[in-house]
Amino acid sequence: MSSATFTLLLRSHLPEQCVLSHPEDLRPYECDALSAYRNTPLAVVIPETQQQVKTTLQLCSENRVPVVARGAGTGLSGGALPVTDGVLLSMARFNRILEIDTGNRTARVQPGVTNLSISKAAEPYGLYYAPDPSSQIACSIGGNVAENAGGIHCLKYGLTVNNIQHLEVLTVEGEQLTIGSAALDSPGYDLLALMTGSEGLLGVITEVTVKLLPIPATAQVVLAAFDSVEAAGTGVTATIASGIIPAGLELLDNPAIRAVEKFVNAGYPVDAAAILLCEIDGTADEVSAQIEQVSRVFRDAGAIDLQVSRNEAERQRFWAGRKAAFPAMGRLSPDYYCMDGTIPRKHLATVLAEIGRLSSEYDLPICNVFHAGDGNLHPLILYDANQPGELERTEELGGKILEICVAVGGTITGEHGVGMEKINQMCVQFNAAELTQFHAIKQAFDKQQLLNPGKAIPTLHRCAEFGAMHVHEGKLPHPELERF
Amino acid sequence: MIESFQETLVAAGENATPLSITGGGSKAFYGRRPEGREFCVRDYRGVIDYSPTELVITARAGTPLAEIEAVLAAENQMLAFEPPHFGASTTLGGTIACGLSGPRRPFAGAARDFVLGIRCLNGKGEQLRFGGQVMKNVAGYDVSRTLTGSLGTLALLLEISLKVLPRPETEVTLCRQTTAAEAIVLMNRWAGKPLPLSATCFHDGQLALRLSGTRRGVQAAAEQIGGDRMDPAETFWEDLREHRHAFFTDDKPVWRLSVPPATAPLVLEGETFIDWGGAQRWITTMLPTAAVRAAATAAGGHACRFRSNDREAVFQPLPAGLLALHQRLKHSFDPAGILNPGRMYAEL
Ligand SMILES: Cc1cc2nc3c(=O)[nH]c(=O)nc-3n(C[C@H](O)[C@H](O)[C@H](O)COP(=O)(O)OP(=O)(O)OC[C@H]3O[C@@H](n4cnc5c(N)ncnc54)[C@H](O)[C@@H]3O)c2cc1C
Repeated sequence: MSSATFTLLLRSHLPEQCVLSHPEDLRPYECDALSAYRNTPLAVVIPETQQQVKTTLQLCSENRVPVVARGAGTGLSGGALPVTDGVLLSMARFNRILEIDTGNRTARVQPGVTNLSISKAAEPYGLYYAPDPSSQIACSIGGNVAENAGGIHCLKYGLTVNNIQHLEVLTVEGEQLTIGSAALDSPGYDLLALMTGSEGLLGVITEVTVKLLPIPATAQVVLAAFDSVEAAGTGVTATIASGIIPAGLELLDNPAIRAVEKFVNAGYPVDAAAILLCEIDGTADEVSAQIEQVSRVFRDAGAIDLQVSRNEAERQRFWAGRKAAFPAMGRLSPDYYCMDGTIPRKHLATVLAEIGRLSSEYDLPICNVFHAGDGNLHPLILYDANQPGELERTEELGGKILEICVAVGGTITGEHGVGMEKINQMCVQFNAAELTQFHAIKQAFDKQQLLNPGKAIPTLHRCAEFGAMHVHEGKLPHPELERF
Repeated sequence: MIESFQETLVAAGENATPLSITGGGSKAFYGRRPEGREFCVRDYRGVIDYSPTELVITARAGTPLAEIEAVLAAENQMLAFEPPHFGASTTLGGTIACGLSGPRRPFAGAARDFVLGIRCLNGKGEQLRFGGQVMKNVAGYDVSRTLTGSLGTLALLLEISLKVLPRPETEVTLCRQTTAAEAIVLMNRWAGKPLPLSATCFHDGQLALRLSGTRRGVQAAAEQIGGDRMDPAETFWEDLREHRHAFFTDDKPVWRLSVPPATAPLVLEGETFIDWGGAQRWITTMLPTAAVRAAATAAGGHACRFRSNDREAVFQPLPAGLLALHQRLKHSFDPAGILNPGRMYAEL
């Protein structure tokens, strides 16, 4: 069936306002927040009811048309990048909070609801939804589930997977599955875990029940400055070793501190090699006890300056710099590329040193602002896409950074997902048998391979080509790692 | 040893002889009756890597749970999901394969929340590694958590990496006399407040609540909540976790009902022990299966025949669509159907 005929078929089953197919209407959907990758879909469907989602999926599966689900399009790995011969299914109109159950401390919401609006709705009851990606004002809970999104407070409160209880999912054939429940567990396999982080490859999420936690009575932040990144790294491990799990523990290196201070007056010491922001939350007594302890630990680790937030306004100011980090990069440089590898914390200093070396080698500045407590790095490579070859160099540098993360026992993505972007690095992290098992799981959910094809899990063929490409250039990274 | 495991699996696949994987045998009572030839894997043991500052321990599946807990305790750390042992022989592999969690679960998370990575053999004997030793990892599907609680029906677990947590500086248990209905209300009201709770349960007119954290924080919370101090309390929570409490020594079948925590007391003939702040209800009863399941379903939860002589219908039946998906998943890991067939559901 031609694209035009299929679009007509969609239109004949769905209300007019639900189907977009004129080129200018499709443009806003060409990419997610990784705008270097773009594709125009055959059509965009923006359903308003569960039945319309089901109809769309049935039409697609009957006619073997690929479907890419999209939440808010804030993904950083090209997960919601359309496929040219497929439908882009936007869940944006599923934006209602269906129920706040204060007794059981849960919220039942539609997938297009933004992350932050859940906490806003729960606030009057003294409750909130803990995972807080920096994109929380914009990103959707459906997208959070699909990516297993994290945030600053995940060190203590866990990722999306640890904070959801139930999903309603439609398979690509339009069959409805209830996964999880209002209870804390469910019979059978843990499909809730399998769906979380599956990047839209296994089903379309049409409803989510999240856990709500009591809003901490109080929170305070310690801002500690260090004269070397190593010392800051020691501060991180020593905090954990002392028996404290902070609510958040973030690191900014000197280039990041300078970039941020230029735009927000957060009061960060611009001469420090690195700063740590350590938040402690809990009851007033818990917090005062642990703040004292953390301050001692940082001093012992060699902190050259320590500030403890004295009130809520100051706490907000300390965080304002961290939160403005990404926009600040956007103003420093025409483009930036955000990486997302995770490493064992003990390798922080060596990996950051290696990243610094690669930055000089590729002659591209890198700022580091990241979730140090989790070992989740976010090197931001600054570049200019208008300079010929610079994007390619940036991507190559990014790939090298991810391969270092794998080599020290870490992973290529902590929270942003593989999507289109890191598909080649998946070949470095997983061997053929593992990738084959992933494909077999996909097959169990979507035997026609119609949901978000080409993303997240590379074909063996692709990996063979990727491996060959590197050998061809004579620069095989980490030859000790298994590949094929 | 892995090679010999692989050979066993490959041979079992070729001859279509089902295997019943066993670790320490402490949970032989759990799930449907094992079918197939016993395949004991407890000799694959030992802690592989533990660095306290990473909050991660990696150990072979045959490692005794007690050994892991001792290694962690020496560094003042713990498995925060408080896994039940149900006997001295418990292995780490069996613990994760069963996916059971103790009283701290509603506040700290379940076994699956602490699993970071798994090395395993699928039914074809292929060695696979998913997840890793880091806190955050979204590369590929979350297979390690999916294997947790799958009762060995998808893969043979070889090595497991778990997130561990510091032991709290101090713990205090408070109790007071009340009714079941009032206890459920109180437990949920407190759980909605920023208090350092780590367990709440109710049985026989007594509500017990555990606070964990810094000395100052726990002290302040204890004053706020009030009630009598239970001292010592450690054995109380251990007895609950291990089902050594007198409640569990009854001859009647022990059911486990998992329901939304604020669910009012279930009207079921028999005795009830409420744990997990209301979310886990242990019931000893002679009622027919259908009656117990109906009560759990009506409350929005499910019921498991946890300990009983009837080993046929142990877990709540799955709706047709989900069951079919389970069968396809099982097939994707274990096409010959040799790994613990029938242990979870007759159809798997
Ligand atoms: C400035 C900025 C800061 C960020 N900070 C963080 C951060 O701190 N932590 C973090 O984890 N991420 C962060 N992100 C990344 C991004 O916000 C998250 O990945 C988020 O979860 C994506 O949600 P979304 O609604 O925008 O999803 P989209 O980008 O629209 O989609 C993401 C993936 O989810 C799938 N999907 C979406 N909805 C559904 C559904 N209903 N059913 C099935 N599949 C679906 C899509 O197919 C796609 O694969 C940041 C992004 C930006 C731009």
